[in-house]
Amino acid sequence: MEFQGYRRKTGKVGIRNHVLIFPTVVCSSEVARMISEKVPGTVYAIHGGGCGHVGEDKEQVIRTMLGICGHGNVASVLLVANGCEAIPPETLIPDLEKMGQPYDVVSVQEDGGTPGCVEKGVRIAKKMVEDASKLNKEAIPLSELILGCECGGSDAFSGLTANPSLGIAADKLIAEGGTAIFSETTEMLGCEKILARRAVDDKVAQDIYDAIANAEKTAMSGGVDIRGTQPSPGNIKGGLSSIEEKSLGCIRKGGNTTIMQVVKYAEHPAKKGLIIMDATAADVMNDTGLLAAGCHLIVFTTGRGTPVGSNIAPVLKVSTNSVLYNKMTPNIDVNAGVIVDGEGTLQTVGQEIFDKVLGCANGDMSKAEALGHKEFDIHFRMII
Amino acid sequence: MKPKAILIDTKDNVATAFQDLSKGDTVTVSLEGREATTTLAQDIPFGHKFALSPIGLHEPVIKYGEAIGLATDSIGAGQHVHVHNMESQKGRGDK
Repeated sequence: MEFQGYRRKTGKVGIRNHVLIFPTVVCSSEVARMISEKVPGTVYAIHGGGCGHVGEDKEQVIRTMLGICGHGNVASVLLVANGCEAIPPETLIPDLEKMGQPYDVVSVQEDGGTPGCVEKGVRIAKKMVEDASKLNKEAIPLSELILGCECGGSDAFSGLTANPSLGIAADKLIAEGGTAIFSETTEMLGCEKILARRAVDDKVAQDIYDAIANAEKTAMSGGVDIRGTQPSPGNIKGGLSSIEEKSLGCIRKGGNTTIMQVVKYAEHPAKKGLIIMDATAADVMNDTGLLAAGCHLIVFTTGRGTPVGSNIAPVLKVSTNSVLYNKMTPNIDVNAGVIVDGEGTLQTVGQEIFDKVLGCANGDMSKAEALGHKEFDIHFRMII
Repeated sequence: MKPKAILIDTKDNVATAFQDLSKGDTVTVSLEGREATTTLAQDIPFGHKFALSPIGLHEPVIKYGEAIGLATDSIGAGQHVHVHNMESQKGRGDK
């Protein structure tokens, strides 16, 4: 199967054609927003990063920024610097050059403060939008599409309706040669052996054990024993009998295929098929990591409801129950609650999600996009 | 008609109640050509599991096509399957 998308000079493919106005640091984020709001056809990212990072954290922030600025859905990027940040444009430019991603730079300190920087930025961004509009779509095999699988605001139906349905959609995409990434390492606790058995080789199996052990250790260093309290009394009252059962309800959103690779937050997979991204379960930070890892779009299952979208990609919402769907219909793309109502099955909802993914890849808007959602947040552990 | 319960994987030996079910109810679940009909031996609250077939002592309780724990008692078809007659292989944190 194919979709109509953009083939970039970077070698990536895109399902959107955004001009991104990207602040390299929190200090210039408002200036980036001012530029973007004056130039229709651009999007911007507000984030709290860019300064005060050290070690692996700093690497993670740089990797995320490069993944977003060089994303397949991004035609070109205008970097908005303040001028003295720890991750200045000069840190990102060599990699953007290497990728072949069109970019330009403005600086608050060097371009006349806020008014001068905005004026220059608007001039450059207008030209970028004009250039991007000249790009044409072409047929691209579905094997080049990367889907992010996310769940948040879960409820008792999440593991019974929406997550298994999303898993079926992920299996269908992978059967077409495509890629699906699921994440949220803390929600894999107790399923180490089950996941490792699905690993393509011993290295990936070991990576799975290491990622889960590390998540547990990190929580323990914060004084929290996340395994020892599972399943919680509330979970047990709700019918969950073991940590395996609880975690399986989450990881089923990635489907049932062989796990090909474990990647870090915002790291591009080297393999196709099913990938685990070892990362935080915080929704917007996780979405940003999935996108920076190359996901073209995200399917997000929710039982309690969430409005979250993205500035550069479609985020399709799947409700786990019809009560939520009826309360938040403007935000929900697919209602897996029909399975409970007897009006659908895991298979029919899985197919509906797959069809929506294909529709979005061809240019249909997700509800989050139509509503103007553009949530974005880079994950890092500390600022010093 | 609203289904009373759901079977998530064809390999599963338990189904999960979609509503509060009563002892004596006959429940049919189906998935990809597999169909199982069970008469409930006990009341099963919403979100809780019941056995589709007998599960012997120390045999795996299977949901999502995977062992979610081992039976700590022999469990008959239609019986409630929960922390009183199955246990995680990873240990349980609350006891």
